[in-house]
Amino acid sequence: MAPILDVKKLRMDFGGLRAVNDVDLYINEGEIVALIGPNGAGKTTFFNCITGVTKPTAGDVMITPPSSGKTERINGLKPNTITERGLARTFQNIRLFQNMTVLENVMIGRHPRMKAGVLGAILRDPRTKAEEKQVIEDSYEILKKLNLEMFVNELAKNLPYGAQRRLEIARAMATEPFLLLLDEPAAGMNPQETRELDDTIVRIRDTEGITILLIEHDMSLVMSLSERIYVVDYGKLIATGVPEDIKSNPEVIKAYLGEEINA
Amino acid sequence: MNSTYFIELFLGGLTRGSIYALIALGYTMVYGIIQLINFAHGEIYMIGAFTALIVSGALAFTGLDPVLIFLIAAVVAVVWSASYGITMEKIAYKPLRKAPRLSALISAIGMSMFLQNYVLLAQTSDFQPFPELIPDLAFLDPVSNIMNTTQFIILVTTAVVMILFTLLIRYTRIGKAMRATAQDKIMAQLVGINVNRVIMFTFLIGSSTAAIGGVLISSHVGQINFYIGFIAGIKAFVAAVLGGIGSIPGAVLGSFVLGLTESFGTGYISSDYEDVFAFAFLIIILIFRPSGLLGKPTKKKV
Amino acid sequence: MSDTAKNGLSRYITAKDVKRSAIMAVWFMFLTFPIMVIKVNTVTDTVEWRWFNMLIIGVASFILSHVWKLMIDRREGRMADAVSSSVIVEKKTLRDRMEEKPMIKKVGSLVILVIAVLFPIVTGMYQTSIMITALLYVVLALGLNIIVGLGGLLVLGYIVFYGVGAYTYALLNYHFGLNFWLALPLGGIFAMIIGILIAIPVLRLRGDYLAIVTLAFGEIFRIVMENWNGLSFGPSGIANIPRPTLFGLDFSIQQSTTLTYYVIVIFVIITIFIVRRLEDSRLGRAWVAMREDEIAGEAMGIDMWKTKLAAFALSTFWAGVAGVIFAGKTTFINPASFTMWESILVLCMVVLGGMGSIPGVISGALIITLLPEYLRAFSELRMLIFGAVLVLVMVFKPEGMIPAIRQKYEFKGITGNKNKGDK
Repeated sequence: MAPILDVKKLRMDFGGLRAVNDVDLYINEGEIVALIGPNGAGKTTFFNCITGVTKPTAGDVMITPPSSGKTERINGLKPNTITERGLARTFQNIRLFQNMTVLENVMIGRHPRMKAGVLGAILRDPRTKAEEKQVIEDSYEILKKLNLEMFVNELAKNLPYGAQRRLEIARAMATEPFLLLLDEPAAGMNPQETRELDDTIVRIRDTEGITILLIEHDMSLVMSLSERIYVVDYGKLIATGVPEDIKSNPEVIKAYLGEEINA
Repeated sequence: MNSTYFIELFLGGLTRGSIYALIALGYTMVYGIIQLINFAHGEIYMIGAFTALIVSGALAFTGLDPVLIFLIAAVVAVVWSASYGITMEKIAYKPLRKAPRLSALISAIGMSMFLQNYVLLAQTSDFQPFPELIPDLAFLDPVSNIMNTTQFIILVTTAVVMILFTLLIRYTRIGKAMRATAQDKIMAQLVGINVNRVIMFTFLIGSSTAAIGGVLISSHVGQINFYIGFIAGIKAFVAAVLGGIGSIPGAVLGSFVLGLTESFGTGYISSDYEDVFAFAFLIIILIFRPSGLLGKPTKKKV
Repeated sequence: MSDTAKNGLSRYITAKDVKRSAIMAVWFMFLTFPIMVIKVNTVTDTVEWRWFNMLIIGVASFILSHVWKLMIDRREGRMADAVSSSVIVEKKTLRDRMEEKPMIKKVGSLVILVIAVLFPIVTGMYQTSIMITALLYVVLALGLNIIVGLGGLLVLGYIVFYGVGAYTYALLNYHFGLNFWLALPLGGIFAMIIGILIAIPVLRLRGDYLAIVTLAFGEIFRIVMENWNGLSFGPSGIANIPRPTLFGLDFSIQQSTTLTYYVIVIFVIITIFIVRRLEDSRLGRAWVAMREDEIAGEAMGIDMWKTKLAAFALSTFWAGVAGVIFAGKTTFINPASFTMWESILVLCMVVLGGMGSIPGVISGALIITLLPEYLRAFSELRMLIFGAVLVLVMVFKPEGMIPAIRQKYEFKGITGNKNKGDK
């Protein structure tokens, strides 16, 4: 079976700057893969290219959803279309809908899986009502999975930091992705919260069957969690392999010069 | 095609553009630093014009040289307008720094209404003729059919103000602080820039240039009332947006483009549709260049 | 934060305060000196010195600067409290009580409805006519609230669509004798079509660029209407637009004013009903998400293009219908009724009342239309006061008078934090 995400020779130029330089990357169903690299290496740009926020200069982004098995090139599609196809992401600097409640944030995630239009909203026909009820219940279930149910009616901006990070994941899960892209999910978390996040990510993969690609700075998290690792520096892929190999790779150590990569 | 007519329209456009530019500077600077459309900015221009009118009227009886009266009136107008500008910022905008942006906009609209009616009540609702203080310059006689003295003074003054302004922004400490604050307020604060002072200074400079515009236009047009600020303010704002709001060279370019468009539009097509040219031009430019002529494209930061 | 805040009103006025207020008084006397003291008439060449005004300004600024400081301190104290305490103990507002006991809400709505129905009977035609105008603005504000309050898109030319509705009725009636009732939906639909046509090219503009472009469209509409005599009869406008009647009967002015009143009341109710339902729907949530964070919204699968277009279409429809009622009420329209100033006024209603909050927007509209009406006693000062009120409300209640609250949901086993601090 084809990899669910297959990126070939992805390139992104900003003016004269090549932020992503011919990067190849693939992910098989059910894997947890990490993309690491020093600050400014082009990791977030890579995410943006895959999720449609920016249009890549060259290369191919191919997806093969496990449900259909059909391969499709998604370069240049709009972000919302890509989300509809089954890719969902979180953001490095939290981007919740601050003045909406926790539940509503997750309900927004259900948006692409809902059908109600203007007329449905006004008339509240049985189908719309049923859909609305279903969405509320589904969203609540997702909150429970991420231990957020006690905040259900709280405004997102009033949540503690760690909970906000979890809510971003909950919101992305609500879109029913087959691949979840997490952009530095542990940023700003304390060790305790990071350990919990570790469990959460594994649980999402195991029980929900969602494949995961994450960008991370926290090396302990990356090493314990990921099955394969890609390392980028100055936009170029410099190493790829299992955590043990990466740890001892001299190129990687050079790139991280000074940064610790002990598990 | 009559070339004298063309030159006349061209100079007329430059004159209009100069006035717009003097007002638009304040708009674009304030926007660059606190992202506020300062709706009351046009009122500062009006207050500048009125102050000059009042001062020159009061000094008319002293028998001083008219040119001297004009200069005194202009200086007083600048000082007072700048004072109004910074007071307005303290009362209506400073408490709203952390509030939703639209709240500050409504506060600015309220301020605009307040100042208009304040001048209306304290002075008059009628048009007041502005005293003729500037004698005709002799060397302009040969070209008097295409350019008069006040036009000449407007163009020269605007050029001087623009040069001083550029020097201020480029080379002085406060100018650098202003640019830094416009880029990133939090970083500016971290490197020790007193952001409140920078904002105050921005209002001070913006109000002063608007007042200069007010004094110049009233001596050119010859009459003023309490309402002139609103229309001029909207036009200058259009100019600032046309050039790319937040960009200082953009505001100047936008103002001249707008002034010339209006001048040629009314001169060659129809004077009934004067404002339509300005607005339609703005719409067309923004459809093709969504961030204005010189504005930086709004980059999505993720 | 500061101890002055904790002591609230009961604190003493210190010598420092007096000094500060004295400085303020001097500053304002300086500031207002040319405009308040000297009055020049350049026609008659007279100069009048009004030193007494300076005294008034001095005394007034001395007192007001105290009040201002006190209120700013209180406001900051409130904000500090909200941040520092984890459990926010809120005062039980009428709204909280309404949430606890739906009966209060039902009874309240009923009382308002009864008052609304009896209004034209109890008061005279003059009052009814004022109320019609106020309710027209309620509809406009509720409509604009969809784009601005929910969708977060700043639109400064909303009155165009009101104008399109009004001209639709006036012109179709003039040329084809179309009656009020048929014009009502047509006005809304035309306004909606124009709204969509304007929206398509400009929706990719961001924030304030969108604001200025809509303002530009508004002005172009007005100027074209003023000058294109063949279409709109120019500044002299269109007169003798028939008032609404029923069953082809001849109505007196009084009767048809009362009828117009009931039409607008019913229409307000329909508007509230529909906006309320939209707000709490898939589309409504998408609007709010768009307001909060467009990029995150797109990443959650919301098609921003469609969402924006829907906001424009639904919002402009109300303005169009309101325009038809306006034309039927005044029987005369001209471009002067559709200035940029009107657009700004409607925007003020939305923000002053509380963006995205239906009760807020309604109160905003009623206050802004009725306040100047009842301030007529101070006729000269009213616009001055009005401007000051706008500034003050924004400074002290930046979220508006009645800020929006989000829908809350109940789940089994979760008592939730719905009524924190209670019981």
